[in-house]
Amino acid sequence: MSIHANPTTPQFKENAHKALGDPQLQEAMGKLRVGFTAARQMAMAKLPEFEALRDSARDIKNHTLAHLDLYLEAYEKKVTESGGHVHFARTAEEARKAIVDICKARGAKTVTKGKSMVSEEIALNDALQEAGVTPVETDLGEYIIQLRGEIPSHIIAPAVHLTKDQVENDFRRGHTHLPADRDLREPTQLLTEARGILREKFLAADIGITGANFLIAETGTSIIVTNEGNGDLTQILPKCHIVIASIEKITPTLEDVSQLLRVLARSATGQEMSVYTTLSTGPRRPDDVDGPEEYHVVLLDNGRSSMIGTQFQEMLRCIRCGACMNHCPVYHAVGGHAYGWVYPGPMGAVLTPSLIGVEKGGQLPNASTFCGRCESVCPMRIPLPGMMRHWREREFERHLAPAGVRYGLGAWAFFAKRPSLYRAATRVAMHVMGYYARKTGKFHALPLASGWTDWRDFPAPEGETFQAKWKRERTRK
Amino acid sequence: MNEATARGKSVGLMATCLVDLFRPTVGFAAAKLLEDAGCTVDVPSQTCCGQPAYNSGDKAHARALALQMIETFEKYDYVVTPSGSCGGTMIKHYPEMFEGDPELQRRAQRFSAKCFELVSFLTDVMKIEKVASAFPRRVTYHDSCSGLRELGVQAQPRKLLATVQGLELVEMKDSDVCCGFGGTFAVKFGEISGQIVERKTQDIIASEAPVLLAGDLGCLMNMAGRLSRKGREMEVRHVAEVLANMTDEAPPIGEPAGVAR
Repeated sequence: MSIHANPTTPQFKENAHKALGDPQLQEAMGKLRVGFTAARQMAMAKLPEFEALRDSARDIKNHTLAHLDLYLEAYEKKVTESGGHVHFARTAEEARKAIVDICKARGAKTVTKGKSMVSEEIALNDALQEAGVTPVETDLGEYIIQLRGEIPSHIIAPAVHLTKDQVENDFRRGHTHLPADRDLREPTQLLTEARGILREKFLAADIGITGANFLIAETGTSIIVTNEGNGDLTQILPKCHIVIASIEKITPTLEDVSQLLRVLARSATGQEMSVYTTLSTGPRRPDDVDGPEEYHVVLLDNGRSSMIGTQFQEMLRCIRCGACMNHCPVYHAVGGHAYGWVYPGPMGAVLTPSLIGVEKGGQLPNASTFCGRCESVCPMRIPLPGMMRHWREREFERHLAPAGVRYGLGAWAFFAKRPSLYRAATRVAMHVMGYYARKTGKFHALPLASGWTDWRDFPAPEGETFQAKWKRERTRK
Repeated sequence: MNEATARGKSVGLMATCLVDLFRPTVGFAAAKLLEDAGCTVDVPSQTCCGQPAYNSGDKAHARALALQMIETFEKYDYVVTPSGSCGGTMIKHYPEMFEGDPELQRRAQRFSAKCFELVSFLTDVMKIEKVASAFPRRVTYHDSCSGLRELGVQAQPRKLLATVQGLELVEMKDSDVCCGFGGTFAVKFGEISGQIVERKTQDIIASEAPVLLAGDLGCLMNMAGRLSRKGREMEVRHVAEVLANMTDEAPPIGEPAGVAR
């Protein structure tokens, strides 16, 4: 069973342990840590009104979410008017079925696919294969991880966890029809090889499936942004185009989208705009020079509508730029696969428990230092740490937090609520600790704190507590 | 706001648990800085601001401790703490803890409005321009996350450090990136925390400054502990110790008494 259907999120710690011991992953993450943050920083420096744009972007999405039902209806009407078909899918299963049915009706053998995280969320490739349809990922990163049988480790850079050498090996393993002695040392050579292979697939595909960055209610248009142009070829060349998108991608007008686009690429890669911004509205019209003869949109809910009106509604503002993970020290340390399912990093730490349940996803919102860097870079001003804390509260209320944590907190609170007892107890404890460490100033190991002392020393206390010393010195005066 | 006393504003010094238990010198340094600025400092009997409970999802205990803190400290003109993270809890999070209870929430809001992180209080409220201190060393400064991102503490410590006689500030790369402490995170996810602090110490060491300063004791203990585990000799101190000219009062964090005296 694939990881989509069987998340390893409950094993986050074990996954992280493996990731921390993987030198190739660590090398790849080191590059990400520097590259994306510097690129965003430069883009910010060139756009003084960026903070105001963030406010505006947030307001647009808040307005949309407050009237989501109306905008969904308006969007459906426009798509239908333009000759397309809208399929509402409450669950991942319904979405898979809608797409497989279209494939069957058209007798499709192969489909090309643009990059889509929603496609990952519903495990679409597995369903297509089971139905005898061959999916071909056309985004270079997605193509690489499809060769490897992996899921994306980043929402905009699916193969960012890999080094160039790993990709070279994958290409040699996957493309056995090409000369074994070909030169693949340069990234451009890898790109050229992938292009050559994909070009044949584009021409042979029966159906093209893309995601959507935005769906415009005003016009019934879907928009994708890409840097490789693969999305255009995916949706224009085949006779049928299917858009798979989640309901919160709805945006009222083209004017609104143009504002969101201004924050999207800058936050994601530091580009002013992605290289391609592609709009599609319905199937090919009689006087169009190209386009599909059939156009479908599968609109996925999969738990999102139940986030509306809750503490997690603001998460639905997310435009999937990836800035939160690009700036996250935990993501930098462990990479995306450790999160065990489709959405990694801070946005995944909030979204994953909503979509697969806090029982399975509960470790993710706990695995944060609350450093707040994600919120500080989020173009949509989503209060990510605050929502991670809400998940921790839900876990605590439902007694899902580990017993050790609960008892530890309870014991601490017992003393903290009794100041005299607290002062007496800590006075003795600090004195003892200070005495034991008087020669070294630190502890190399401490009971119940191996999580700390396995990795660093624990500095010893001075010995007397501040409150005791203050009382002694200030009353003597 | 209450009537100011003759000498100046009354300040309740909220030492923080870590300072109370591990490094009283920071408490005395904070008191000296506040008194030099003309404040009357009091240290009422105190425990914890509730942050560990709040960040662990234990809202009931967090509220109980927040309320206890409010009851203890609301009589002062100001409440000042040598920590951006405990400060952030009192300033940013107390009001949200009492959502759904308008009366307590208003009380929490009034309380939060008079709470400040130490260094920003000195510069922004007391309008202190310089300190009477000498520390002829090269130092590097880590921006602790809560102080930086919740309270906007960034320029203030640098401004005052620039007035310390002989001190030279050498900025490390990524001084605004988390050290991996994160309170209970450091124990619950020790291995990940260990990796983050390892990265941090690489940037600290690369600055080639022999002294590391920051405004939060948790982060300092984390970074000092990792530097010490790597066998790096480095003087790690809370920024208040340097600003108050009290570096002779205690050995660096994680060093035995007698070493730096």
